[in-house]
Amino acid sequence: MNKQLLMKCLKAFFVGLVLLVLYAPILLLAVYSFDKTDMIGRFEGFSFTHYAALFQNSKVLGMIGNTFLLAFLAAVLSTVLGTAGALGMFYCKKRTKTAIHAVSQIPVINAEIVTALSLAVTFVAVGLGKSYFTLLIGHMVICTPFVVLSVMPKLKQMDNSLYEAALDLGASPFKALLQVVLPQIIPGVISGFMLAVTLSLDDYIVTMYTRPSGFETISTYVYNATTKGNAHTAVTLASLWALTTIIFVVIVLFVLISNLTGRKKEADR
Amino acid sequence: MKLPRFSRKTLCIPYAVFLVFFIIIPMCVILFYAFTDKEMNFSFSNFLRFFSDPTKLSTIAYSIVISLITTVICLVIAYPVALILARSRLKKKFVILMLFVLPMWINFVLRVNALRELFNLLAQAEALAWLENANIFKTVVGMVYDFLPFMILPLYTTMLKIDNSLYEASADLGGNAFVTFFRITLPLSVPGIMSGVTMVFLPSMTNYVVSDMLGNAKVTIIGKFISDYFGNDWHMGSMIALVLLIVVFVSTWLTGGFKSEENVRGANL
Repeated sequence: MNKQLLMKCLKAFFVGLVLLVLYAPILLLAVYSFDKTDMIGRFEGFSFTHYAALFQNSKVLGMIGNTFLLAFLAAVLSTVLGTAGALGMFYCKKRTKTAIHAVSQIPVINAEIVTALSLAVTFVAVGLGKSYFTLLIGHMVICTPFVVLSVMPKLKQMDNSLYEAALDLGASPFKALLQVVLPQIIPGVISGFMLAVTLSLDDYIVTMYTRPSGFETISTYVYNATTKGNAHTAVTLASLWALTTIIFVVIVLFVLISNLTGRKKEADR
Repeated sequence: MKLPRFSRKTLCIPYAVFLVFFIIIPMCVILFYAFTDKEMNFSFSNFLRFFSDPTKLSTIAYSIVISLITTVICLVIAYPVALILARSRLKKKFVILMLFVLPMWINFVLRVNALRELFNLLAQAEALAWLENANIFKTVVGMVYDFLPFMILPLYTTMLKIDNSLYEASADLGGNAFVTFFRITLPLSVPGIMSGVTMVFLPSMTNYVVSDMLGNAKVTIIGKFISDYFGNDWHMGSMIALVLLIVVFVSTWLTGGFKSEENVRGANL
């Protein structure tokens, strides 16, 4: 009996230790984001200096806005394109379906740098250059296949006879698709959208290769601020701690809320 | 005027066109650049230059070794975590799994930056001053830190599917913990290991954000190598990208392909 208890403690200790390491860097920044100075190591006094600096720096605010607007646009477009694509593929002949699916998998398994480079070379070669349009396309290339992957399983689980029933009852195919098929696959569409948002928010490499000059997202800004360390970045680096903390808190809240409401829905069923 | 009858198949046309323009054509462009010289004449010179240059080949080998180390460490940490969680009878184990996935939703570059700040702090201690120049060590730790959830998730989902009666049968037939592990858990979790390995191995070979930010830009992995070449020689850059593309597809094929049902970023959680 004692041996079992020991095993239990060991397991809990191991899982706890891994979690601690996983959260240590973020918690460190969270603590020092409230420090007066921009030195990590000694806590000099509580203050909101870094948060104030974050919200007063128009460049930083601009790049945060850029990141979220881009993620939103890319996710909406990818979700529409991917959902329509998955629906179309589902009803296509097997051979067509396999072919589209195979190509669609390429950006998923391919190295991001290869995708980014091939897009950049193509855009420049055909004279499109680099613009917001190419950036958006780049993000859609990495997001859309994941939307298709999220929607596909839901289509397979779907009850196909409902669509036939709708047609028999006089609905037009388009209406039946919108009112009968779509509601059945909507969980897949939503998770595809969420996935697209996180992929776009996270992306550095494709952004780097397809963005117009001077356009910054959180990823490119932070990367440049830390690797090319200019003199003026010292203050900005500390305000990035504040940014990390804010994003972390928002995500925790989001997960908590979506879990609570999700549980409720399950309980209602 | 009567519109032509709406067919569900037509919905995949926009996506198919998108794939042709932004995936197939860019891949062909890469292929074209890889096998042409600066005057756009067909040539094998990039190919020969690549395979006759020991520094290029050793960079690739070095990068593969770093990825292998990262993947093995991830597996060694993630396997017990996934097993403990999957076999746990805790009602709230879902919450613990969530804790492992949650950091993934913070911007990738911000997360690496957080780790960088932690390393800087640790290096201030005298006993840990060696951290300052331990570029490879920091890179590997950074990659493990970033890609660990990619390993935990597929392992957890596969282990969760293992039928509990198998464990009971093993116990009834007198199998001890070792026998049960090697004859039931391990063989049945192989698919999870395979997709986890693919999810970690490929990004750690190509995602140069970690190696640049933590390795003081002194650790050159394949991804960085491509991007360096891309700056001045598109043809050579394309050739390396092409080689990487082949490596990626061969290793995906070897590990049994990408399992689309295992939603790798946990959006379905």
